[in-house]
Amino acid sequence: MDTKEKIRKFIKINLVVFEDEADFTDSDNIFAMGFVNSLFAMKLVTYIEQEFNIQVGNNDLEISNFSSVDRIVEYIQKKLQG
Amino acid sequence: MSDTEKEIKCVVWDLDHTIWDGILLESDDVKLKPGIREVIKALDSRGILHSIASRNEFDFAMGKLKEFGLHEYFLYPEINWNPKSSALANIQKNLNIGMDTILFIDDQPFEREEVKTAHPDVTCLDAVEYISLPSMPRLNPRFITEDSVRRRMMYLDDIKRKTEEDEFQGTPEAFLASLNMEFIIHGAWEEDLKRAEELTVRTNQLNATGRTYDYDELNAFRLSEKHKLLVCELIDNYGSYGKIGLALVEIKDDCWHLMLMLMSCRVISRGVGTVFMSYIMQEAKKAGKKLLADFKTTKKNRQMYISYKFANFKEVSSDNDGNILLENDLSIIQPFPPYLKVTIL
Repeated sequence: MDTKEKIRKFIKINLVVFEDEADFTDSDNIFAMGFVNSLFAMKLVTYIEQEFNIQVGNNDLEISNFSSVDRIVEYIQKKLQG
Repeated sequence: MSDTEKEIKCVVWDLDHTIWDGILLESDDVKLKPGIREVIKALDSRGILHSIASRNEFDFAMGKLKEFGLHEYFLYPEINWNPKSSALANIQKNLNIGMDTILFIDDQPFEREEVKTAHPDVTCLDAVEYISLPSMPRLNPRFITEDSVRRRMMYLDDIKRKTEEDEFQGTPEAFLASLNMEFIIHGAWEEDLKRAEELTVRTNQLNATGRTYDYDELNAFRLSEKHKLLVCELIDNYGSYGKIGLALVEIKDDCWHLMLMLMSCRVISRGVGTVFMSYIMQEAKKAGKKLLADFKTTKKNRQMYISYKFANFKEVSSDNDGNILLENDLSIIQPFPPYLKVTIL
């Protein structure tokens, strides 16, 4: 499973969505699609840190890095390239 | 009570030779130690929880506790053949409290040592001292509120909810909707102040600054025209979770300043902290003010920091002590989720 698939799967399983059966695209804004509560946010950050061996610093915690599958993948790739 | 020693939130009991005289599996004619029922009830009425870490046969031991009419006092009992240190770890995780708020009572030095080695923060007590428990300072909380008296019942409600959730056939969204949750936000009333003080002292994980306030300080804020002291309550089909959140806003000429925000971890999975924050953001926006917030990072509140950041707060400044000032331009405010009814009183 590549990075994008992993992130899609994580969001599918963990995000409480507003429309049950709706599927989401890589560019859909997760903050508009579902309810991003603190538990989801914490789980997402922890998942990214553990799965990709990255440290998500305070400065990285901007909505723009996490607002969609594409943005999250971009963020991870940027961190991995160092 | 020293600053470094927290109040005890849970007493974990051994059974043989601790709660009762005798060894259950050797002879089931065990007798409760004199006065122990009163000790358990007294602590329970103060909002202190009880659990069990005993090497025994689960059904047999629970049956005996039922006979004594005591089984309902013990949450998440660990009755098995595993080391007691793992029992303590499970209890701590299930109750979601700090190890440093747990007191373990056992007649065997070996067991106390084993637990202490694995969990240095746990307070260990010899079983012979049980009568002195109710008079120990750390078992005398400063305030006893309505919520603390009901604390065990609320944990039992939570266990029912969790069972419902595990057995629910449907999506997580459908489960949340089926709870018929109502989230109520209002300016603190005088009768909320004890609970508010309790929240500032007890809440560690979802606490933005870790500052504690006492009754008089909170009352002054409640009455002040330049402040908003907000509390929130969550209710669902199983009952009320009690007053589970507190926020203090200072109203300045050019901004609202969120000085304090905390939520009880018991409602961590319901997303209401985010709703509370969205409400405050909406009100600030309506008032035409920008929103500043204080934050102090601790070892336990990273989730709270992340939720502030995901609410679009950005760091403005910080000092060497970990005190951070955050600002929100209120351009992005998450709407309330559809499965929750929000009532503003």
